[in-house]
Parts: sequence; C-alpha cells; structure tokens
Amino acid sequence: MADDGTDARTAVMGRIRRHLKVSDGPEDEARRAAVRSRLERHARNLVPARADGDDAHRLALFKTMLERADATVTEVATPDEVPQAVAEFLRNHNLPFQIRTGADTALAALPWDRVPTLEIGHGAAEASDQASLSHAFAGIAETGTLALHSGQDNPTSLNFLPENHVVMVDADRIVGTYEDVWDRLREVFGEGIMPRALNMVTGPSRTGDIEQRLFLGAHGPKRVHVIIAGSGKAR
Amino acid sequence: MVQSTAHSFKDNAREALGDAQLQRALSNVPKGFIDKRAKARDGLPEFDALRDAGRDIKNHTLAHLDLYLETYERKVAESGGVVHWARTAEEARNAILDICRERGARTVTKGKSMVSEEIGLNDALEAADIEPVETDLGEYIIQLRHETPSHIIAPAVHLSKDQVEESFREAHTELPADRDLTEPVSLLHEARQILRQKYLDADIGITGANFLIAETGTSIIVTNEGNGDLTQTLPKVHIVLATIEKVVPTLEDVSTILRILARSATGQEFSSYTTFSTGPRRADDPDGPEEYHVILLDNGRADVLGTEFQEMLRCIRCGACLNHCPIYHAVGGHAYGWVYSGPIGAVLDPALIGVEEAGSLPNASTFCGRCEEVCPMRIPLPKMMRHWREREFEKHLSPASVRTGLGLWAFMARRPGLYRAATRLAMGALKALSGGRGRLSSVPLAGGWTRYRDLPAPQGKTFQALWRERQHG
Repeated sequence: MADDGTDARTAVMGRIRRHLKVSDGPEDEARRAAVRSRLERHARNLVPARADGDDAHRLALFKTMLERADATVTEVATPDEVPQAVAEFLRNHNLPFQIRTGADTALAALPWDRVPTLEIGHGAAEASDQASLSHAFAGIAETGTLALHSGQDNPTSLNFLPENHVVMVDADRIVGTYEDVWDRLREVFGEGIMPRALNMVTGPSRTGDIEQRLFLGAHGPKRVHVIIAGSGKAR
Repeated sequence: MVQSTAHSFKDNAREALGDAQLQRALSNVPKGFIDKRAKARDGLPEFDALRDAGRDIKNHTLAHLDLYLETYERKVAESGGVVHWARTAEEARNAILDICRERGARTVTKGKSMVSEEIGLNDALEAADIEPVETDLGEYIIQLRHETPSHIIAPAVHLSKDQVEESFREAHTELPADRDLTEPVSLLHEARQILRQKYLDADIGITGANFLIAETGTSIIVTNEGNGDLTQTLPKVHIVLATIEKVVPTLEDVSTILRILARSATGQEFSSYTTFSTGPRRADDPDGPEEYHVILLDNGRADVLGTEFQEMLRCIRCGACLNHCPIYHAVGGHAYGWVYSGPIGAVLDPALIGVEEAGSLPNASTFCGRCEEVCPMRIPLPKMMRHWREREFEKHLSPASVRTGLGLWAFMARRPGLYRAATRLAMGALKALSGGRGRLSSVPLAGGWTRYRDLPAPQGKTFQALWRERQHG
C-alpha cells in the first residue's frame, strides 16, 4: 500500500507541475521563496473595520453579535460571581443542578462553595450530561464567536455533546477579529503549531434542512450561554 | 465514481419541470437564500473587497499548489497525522477501506462531504459490510431515501416535510407508530435522538474539509448542526477526505475566505461551528480521535490547472451560484445528473467526468450572469460555460441541427450587408405572420420555443437600424 501511495503522490505532484509549467529544480527557488515568505509572515489581509475601537466597543459588539447568533449573555463584575451565574442559568431552564467541566485551573479556582448544591463532574462529556461549562480561549467581537481549544482543561466534547453549553469568557480575552486569536495562539503554542482542535462557536447548533425552516439544536447544543467575567459591570 | 446521467440533462430537466412536488420545494430556494445573502452583504461594507482578496489568495495558492501541498503534508506528519494521496476516486475509496479494515470497523459516521459523493463512498462501504451513517440532517434524510444531494449545502432542499415524515416512519420502525410528526421540529428531534447513539457507537468518523491550511497542517470543517464535530471527536479514528485545491497558505488567509463563505452560503455572519483540526489526540487530551488520516484526492483537478478552466478551482462550495440561478430554480439539482449542480456544476462536471458526458449542462445557461455576480471567489462562470460550449462544438458533440444553424449564422455574420437585409426581411415576415396580435403561437423551426409559450413578434425596426439612427441622431 505504501508503494501505491508514493506512486500516487509522485503522479499528482507531477501532474500539478506539468500543468503549471514549473519544475522541481533549483530554478524553482523563486517560487519556494515566495511560499516560505508568505508562510513565515502570515500577514493579515483586509480586515473589516467593524471591531476597531476600544475595549468598551469590542465588548458591546461581542454582546450584540452573540445575541444575534441566538446565544444568551450575562455579565459579571468579577470571576467570583460565575458560580452563581451558572446556577442561575440552570435554574432558569429548569435543568438538573449538575454541570460537567474539564480541568481548567481558572474555573477550578472559582468559589463553587457559594452554590453548594451544584454537582460538578470533570473530564470529557458523557452522553447523559445535560450541561457543560467551558472556559473560552477568546471571544471574538466581529461575529460574537467563541474560540475554544482542546486539552485536558477544556475537552472538545463539552462543546458539542450536552444540550446546554455554558461558556465563561474573561472580559480581557475579548478580541476584535479572528486574526487577533491567531496572534494569541502563536504566543501560546508557537509558530505554525495548532492545538488538536480549535473550535470557533457562534451560537447554538441549528439546521435549515427541512423546507428551509430554521431550528436550533440540531445535533449540538440547543443553548449557548456566555458569561463575560471581569468587565467590572454587575449583572 | 458515482454514476452520471448528465448526458440526459434535457430529459431530466423536462421531467423536473413537470414534477409538482419538486416545483413546490424548489420555490423555497430563492425565498430562503437570496434575501439572506443580500442582507449579510449589506451588513459588511468590506464584503466586495474581501471577495477580491479571496480571489487573490486562491490565485496565488493555485500557482504554487505543489509547494503548499508539500508544506501541508509535512505539517500534518509533524502533528502526528497521516496523508494518503489518491489519484482517482477508486484510490481514495481503497485508502479509506484499508483503514476501516485494519481497524475492524463496522460502523462509520460521516459528516457532510460532496467529495464522498463524488467517489461513491457509501456504496463502497456497504459493499465491504461497513455501515455508513450520514449525520448531517439533510444527508441523513436522503440516505434513508437512497437519493443523492440536490444542492451543495442543502442536500434535501428538493423534499417536502411530508416526504421526510414518510421516510422516518419507514426507517424508524422501533418507534411508536402513532407518534406525532406533524411539526418539522419533531422530525429534527427524532433524527437527533437516533443519530446520537450512532455517534457513540461508530468506530470511525469521516468528514470532508472546507479548507486545509499549509502553515499548520490543519483541516477545517464549517457546519451549523455540530454533527461533523461529534463525528470527528467521538470515534477512535478520524478520516478527512479532501481534494488538492482545498489548501490555503495561512490562518490569516483562511480567515479572509471564511468571512465570505457563510455570508454567501446562508447569509450568516459566521456559521455556528468552524472547527480547526490538527492531528490526533495529544498526550493530555481527554477526548478526540487516536488516529488522524487525510485522504488527499486529485480526481481530475490537477489537469484543470494551466487551462482556461483553472479559476473554477477557487470554488469554496458555498452554493450561492445555485441559489441565484434561474435554471437551478426551475429544474433543481438532480436534473444535472451528477454530483455538482447549478452553474458551478455546469463548469466542474465536464472537467471531472468529460465534456462528452456533461457537455450539455453549460448549454442550459441563459448567461444572465447572476452566478458570477454573487460568487464570493469571483469565478467567471458564464465565461467558462462558453468555453465548454466551444469545446463541445469543436469535438462535434452538438447535434447536426445546431451545427448547421450556427454555420449558417456564421456565414451571414461575416457578410454585414446580407445580414442586415435578411434580418429586415425576417422581421417583416414575422410581423406579418403575427397578424397584428403582437405575438406568434407557432414559428417554423422554433417549435421548441413556441410549444410552451408565444414568441413576441418583432415591432418596428431591427436593432441595427435603431443603432444606426441613434449614432447619427
């Protein structure tokens, strides 16, 4: 099988080069240099101006866009208020007082004793879980998008399996654009390296597959609730 | 590859026009998609400039495709994934079947993938005693009905709610027969419930890829339902099926294109889920697949490079050209007879399965130009359809009557004096024939037109005569 694969690779590459009328030789150095430079510079292309502005503008835009994408939002002045906000969400929707989360240290450090009846499970999502809690890597103002990456802190299945997805976003992690997330990711993971999964989530799951009518909660969560923590603003 | 009936496009189209149910379902297409796209476009002042940027990114990538693929492959390997190259549909199927057999897979869940339709993957899996389960709601519906998708992003757009209900009752026999399925949302809940267990049981998850990123060795899927993510997160093995032209250089480049994808497709600012996957589960990951494979398929794409059709490889499968096409609105996707329908199908299908088979698809176009107007990647679709018509003509594939007619027209067009005299004469004759009613219910040699509607009779002078008057006046 390996031989076949190698043959196929050689053949496809050969076809591409033949049709592009290029070679793989030293005279190809200019093309290679162009590619190297583009990959190393990873320059921004045109970026919409929508998210330009100060923190307050980004926060306001983030909230507007979240709601437009059918997510719900709560703001709390400090992270310490997140446990109550989680409890409130569960109560409002008549959900069991249980939530699953990963090994995120910021979430673990929250004063959960303020909601003593809340049962917290840890690890990857299980089919019976009704609600999960994630800590977002970033919030993106331009479209109200959450950026979450895989790892033991925030397992990917938490974003998709339970019907209710609660996400905490630190106010100082709300960026303007997708490109801002790439800059932050490169700082954390290094150049050219991505986490196994980077999920950009914009509102709950939805489908329009039956007669073009829109319904929320197709296979992923029916509800996405975002708690913005640390904006200094009380609920 | 999947069987084509593109050669009988004319008959398919005639049948589609007479199908009342289909016509009702198709009336949802313009209603649903056109306004939403227009709204999304108007909400982003940079929209058209982003289209230019997207076009430039893809042009650059295609000109350096060999090098970006090399980089992509290296980065996938560095993240612990495996790239399998495939020249043909058969090689891609075999690569997937080999992985399935080695893992002893019995059930495979699938995210939506047009390429998997292109290579006829479900039939191949079934023949190997492996159950493929489509998890996108639209794909699941058509799988139950043993149909093919009729639209790139809305595979079941040709069906009514009643047809879906009928299929569910037939397939889900374990559920109570008297359950209420009158509301579409109850159909959704039923599918959700059934498929949930399938995700958990599956041995392997197969998805397509909207993009591949060379910089990081990442594959991207863009979805709204979340089915693609459950498909690729829960099973032990994730197989990505992608074609060579899906590669883009950097995260920044893909961001630019993502900004125009959802807006063009469904009118959303951004799809619910845009997922970047890079390799298998890492050491401290509590979930995610243990293996990550990419099947990198050519299947005719490389041969399009360097030809007048190269620009079609910029396509990002948003479906906007279908949504805005009067021909697609009239006949739906199945009439096209192969995997890709609408204007992009009319340029892609002849390239992938041959002009002999699919040469009649570009002939349906009225060249109204709406497809090019809305294409986020600025693919000159009408121009390419014209190129295919020329190819078809050169290959002597068009009917004798068409060839004779065109030959006659060419003879006249080269002789302006004769042309003017003849058109003047013809106009007079047609006007006389109409007997002052302003329309003609039958015209010699134009039965194909007048059988279905009247031909407006010429009024006044010829275009050329009017033009001359204007120039001098």
